[in-house]
Amino acid sequence: MSGDGLLMRAAQAFLAPLLAVALAMVVGDLLILTYGESPATVYALLLEGTWGNWYGFGQVIYKTMTLTCTGLAFAYAARAGLFNVGAEGQLAAGGFAAALVGLLLPASIPGVIAVPVCIAASMIAGGASGAIPGVLRARFGASEVIVTIMLNFVLLALLNYVVASHMAVPETLHTAEMNAGFVARLGSLFPVFAGSAANLTIVVAVLVAVFAWWKLFRTRSGYELRAVGLQPDAAEYGGIPVSRVWFRAMVWSGAFAGLGGINFVLGYKHYYEEGFAAGSGFLGIAVALVGRNHPLGILIAALLFATLSQGGLAVNALVPKQLVDILQAVVILAVATTVPEVQRLLRKTAASLVRRDAAEATP
Amino acid sequence: MSAPATTATWAVRMSQVSKHFGSVQANRDVTLEVANGEIHALVGENGAGKSTLMHILSGLHTPSGGRVEVLGRDVTGWDTNEAIAAGVGMVHQHFMLVPTLTVAENLVLGREPRRGLQLDEARAVEDVRALAARTGLRVDPTRSVAELSVGEAQRVEILKVLYRGARILVLDEPTAVLSPPEVDELWTVLRGLRAQGDTIIIITHKLDEVVAISDTITVMRDGRSVSRLATADTTPRDIARAMVGRDVTLAHDFPANDLAARDVSSARAALEVRDLVVRGDRGTPVIEQLSFRVQPGEILGIAGVEGNGQTELLEVLAGLRRAHSGRVLLNGQEITSLDVRARADAGLSHIPEDRHRRGLVLDYSVSDNLLLGRQHHFTSRLGGLDKTRIERHAETQIRAFDIRPSDPTLPARALSGGNQQKIVIAREMGRSFTVLLAAQPTRGVDVGAIEFIHSQLRAARDSGKAVLLVSADLSEVLALADRIAVMYEGRFACVLPATECNAEILGPYMTGADREVVS
Amino acid sequence: MILLAFLLQTIRIAIPYLLAAAGGVMSERVGVIALGLEGMMLAGAFGAVLGSYYGGSAWIGLVCAMSAGILVALLLALCTLRFRANQVVVGIAINLLVIGATRFFLRLAFDSASNSPRVDGFGGEGSGLGVLASFSNPLVWLGLIALPALWWLLWRTPFGLRARAVGEKPEAAATLGVNVSALRLRGLLLCGVLASLGGAYLALDQHQFTDSMTAGRGFIALAAIIFGRWMPMRVAAACLLFAAAETLQIQLQGAQLVPSQFVELIPYVLTIVALAGVVGKSVPPAALGKVE
Repeated sequence: MSGDGLLMRAAQAFLAPLLAVALAMVVGDLLILTYGESPATVYALLLEGTWGNWYGFGQVIYKTMTLTCTGLAFAYAARAGLFNVGAEGQLAAGGFAAALVGLLLPASIPGVIAVPVCIAASMIAGGASGAIPGVLRARFGASEVIVTIMLNFVLLALLNYVVASHMAVPETLHTAEMNAGFVARLGSLFPVFAGSAANLTIVVAVLVAVFAWWKLFRTRSGYELRAVGLQPDAAEYGGIPVSRVWFRAMVWSGAFAGLGGINFVLGYKHYYEEGFAAGSGFLGIAVALVGRNHPLGILIAALLFATLSQGGLAVNALVPKQLVDILQAVVILAVATTVPEVQRLLRKTAASLVRRDAAEATP
Repeated sequence: MSAPATTATWAVRMSQVSKHFGSVQANRDVTLEVANGEIHALVGENGAGKSTLMHILSGLHTPSGGRVEVLGRDVTGWDTNEAIAAGVGMVHQHFMLVPTLTVAENLVLGREPRRGLQLDEARAVEDVRALAARTGLRVDPTRSVAELSVGEAQRVEILKVLYRGARILVLDEPTAVLSPPEVDELWTVLRGLRAQGDTIIIITHKLDEVVAISDTITVMRDGRSVSRLATADTTPRDIARAMVGRDVTLAHDFPANDLAARDVSSARAALEVRDLVVRGDRGTPVIEQLSFRVQPGEILGIAGVEGNGQTELLEVLAGLRRAHSGRVLLNGQEITSLDVRARADAGLSHIPEDRHRRGLVLDYSVSDNLLLGRQHHFTSRLGGLDKTRIERHAETQIRAFDIRPSDPTLPARALSGGNQQKIVIAREMGRSFTVLLAAQPTRGVDVGAIEFIHSQLRAARDSGKAVLLVSADLSEVLALADRIAVMYEGRFACVLPATECNAEILGPYMTGADREVVS
Repeated sequence: MILLAFLLQTIRIAIPYLLAAAGGVMSERVGVIALGLEGMMLAGAFGAVLGSYYGGSAWIGLVCAMSAGILVALLLALCTLRFRANQVVVGIAINLLVIGATRFFLRLAFDSASNSPRVDGFGGEGSGLGVLASFSNPLVWLGLIALPALWWLLWRTPFGLRARAVGEKPEAAATLGVNVSALRLRGLLLCGVLASLGGAYLALDQHQFTDSMTAGRGFIALAAIIFGRWMPMRVAAACLLFAAAETLQIQLQGAQLVPSQFVELIPYVLTIVALAGVVGKSVPPAALGKVE
């Protein structure tokens, strides 16, 4: 019995994403052929440029960090039944807040204090950005999809204005370097990674994924949040304040996205730069979909999408690196279309299996 | 009314019609004969098969057996478009109107009058106005449907069918949402249509309506047609007897309502409702000035046809809906303004009527569902859920309430209806409580589980709990309750000790026929 | 004269908004969220340049643009109507897909990573009419009549009546024999055509395709739809308002009165305000996003 159940759940978790990746591969083959290249060669090059050498792998780790955060952001709201498509702006706000705090702190402050303060700043800024659509949804019923999309443009334009006209180093689009709050690069600990942008914020991302998992699946608030997302009427019956749960979910979601900003700011360049992680917010949706809104799945999916992103650069000589943009979009479309189908199918099979078992168990 | 001799004078003739859905037999060998130009009432309790029969007539369902004739033509197994083309139109219980469009637009949708490429709006309005004038269904064609009252919206539904040329109208529970003056107006319209030669079949279970409007009656029970009566030659009592199916003779008069006498008892009520007024989703009153008490160690059963305010009453008691006015007291303590969780903590348990929508999170495991509404009692440090206690709790409950399969990690969706309901019962009754609200506790549940659930409810009563049982199944209420109230149009039509009740006595109250009988 | 120049430039800027917003209104009125407008526009821009360059005529460019728009709309319809995938996710993925695909094929078609060679467009430069030249462009006229025509279609024809019913209460329309899916598909295809023409205008006006050249205009069109409460004439007014703000900003660039970023914000902020219901709530069609 339990064996069947486990198998079913495993199938449910992996079947749709695997189908989606397979479909993307086929599309990728066709696209590569339009350039007269051999798919095998291109894919080999893609792997070689990412997992085949330490530098490439370091870049993959670097990109995994931000995608994990934006993936968690989308998934956390989705578990409450909401669509946060505003990670793009929340991420920028988080990065900016971290850089700003790092600028304001005196250089004399030790890292053990400065880094957590900067991290907190990124999460607070992201959370505040998420609170706006959260409150508009909870109080006025405004569609969080539209509000978050529109807010992306608002936040980015405001940040660009502030940076360009008040904070930028002349002739650049970035702020001055921070005084404190540096996070070590992996290259300084393991020389093989030298040159790559990978840094210790990846540890923060993993920890936050674990935290999100704990919060979603091991706490009362997570229990209530998931109930609201699955069946708001049942949640209401269970005494759960649905609107308040929506608001909190959006705040946390924004905070996770904001946290993604520390990767570039604290771990890599030590300043805020316009468009420092453009696209990572939207890609977080793909990560969450493929990761089935589960923090562990998101870590794996973030690694996959980071590999694709970095791999695009490796194959750019043969086919344009935008090959991977297309593949990423195909994966999203395929997962979005197959998940409901696969779920319906599995649900039917599972129900009939259990009924059969129940019938056998009844004397 | 004498039976016409030739088939051609029957507007509708259904003979030996059967219909089953899977293993459920909804109609068996039903005979329905409706004469041209009459108003025919199709009456019966919930689940008697009335709607299924009419869905067959209007082409929504194909019969499993039997023959359907309309105006002498064999039309067995036709579809909705054929039915509409032949002039058979059904007005459904739930409105199918587009609120943002005007009355005229709703009417012509799908067969719009055209002028060149354009929709001929002026002609649409004119046609509708003419139709409204001809039929007496007065409604302004240019108004937006969203602004209409319930009665007006229903007129639009009837007009929609007439616009498509219907001469045989089927109305499914048309008065369920109407106020008394609106009902009177509807009767006038229906009589007018009859005068113009239209045939009307009206589904209802309210006997006062049957008497008021119909020429002929077909009574259905358990999927069969049990009798065909001429309204003029019968009494509400006869109809009620045919509906309920008991041939108990009425030796005594109906007992007096002794609610007041009982409630002056010295014991403090576990649940008390005072002057409760509740408004429905459309702002119309659904519960009017209701007062009652439930004592510890008592099951108060609320019988009645669904849609008479039972759902709203329970939602108000559970804290899911606001009362317009009035008070609710739990063990003497005011709970009117408390939220769901506070009421639960104060000792109120609730088995909701729709377990799939409210009672369970279907994708949650059995053990997680056993927490719902109680999750704040299973926390450890830092807001974490106490896994071991939850597991132990689940194991105990699964054993105590015999939930099968006994795997606590299975999603609730995978369990049978009876076992799903056992999860709800285990959660609500497997903890300390003083008052239990039980709504349709055995709906969609197999026989074994029904017995189990009934024994649980009796045991709760015997251990001094107060139980408010709401059920559309009269035999369930009769089997369990100590006192029985019949709810009709937002009020208690009667409150009687169970010992003085049987289906014969309660039937007229459920259908509003008591008004006729008493007067 | 200054006023005339201002008006003409406003119209030039507004054309892509008007066309895309017309498509978006159509799509949302039948119940499908118009998050894919940006992608449809970009596909249209790419198609227009591809057709003009290889076909040698702007008219062939228009045909290619519309084909590209229809292709994107078909993909959207397949995912949302046939497979009932979430419309938000599909809309966003379609945008990413088109951005990636246009860049990918840019190199194949024109051997460049960022832009196409120059194409002729609808000409008029040599005629000495200056900014008036743009009025020899048929897309300008099409853009100006798109929303009034859509108003006529939605409020004056049987198709429009059915479309509005389907977007509001599809089950009611279905009981009256309206084929809901077929109607939604037609609405989406029309959306694809209109939005792609918006993109085509952009590309032909600039005489080339550049990487991601729609630059969020699809979302401004979406903002106009919401701010205009899904009513074609109000949406047209919103498009013109947004375009006028941009024109003002361009003309005042030297003056530095208001930072340009603040002007960019106007459409988005107004939309959020409209959704929050501060001054009269903006309520979408009831069945928007729900395909059963």
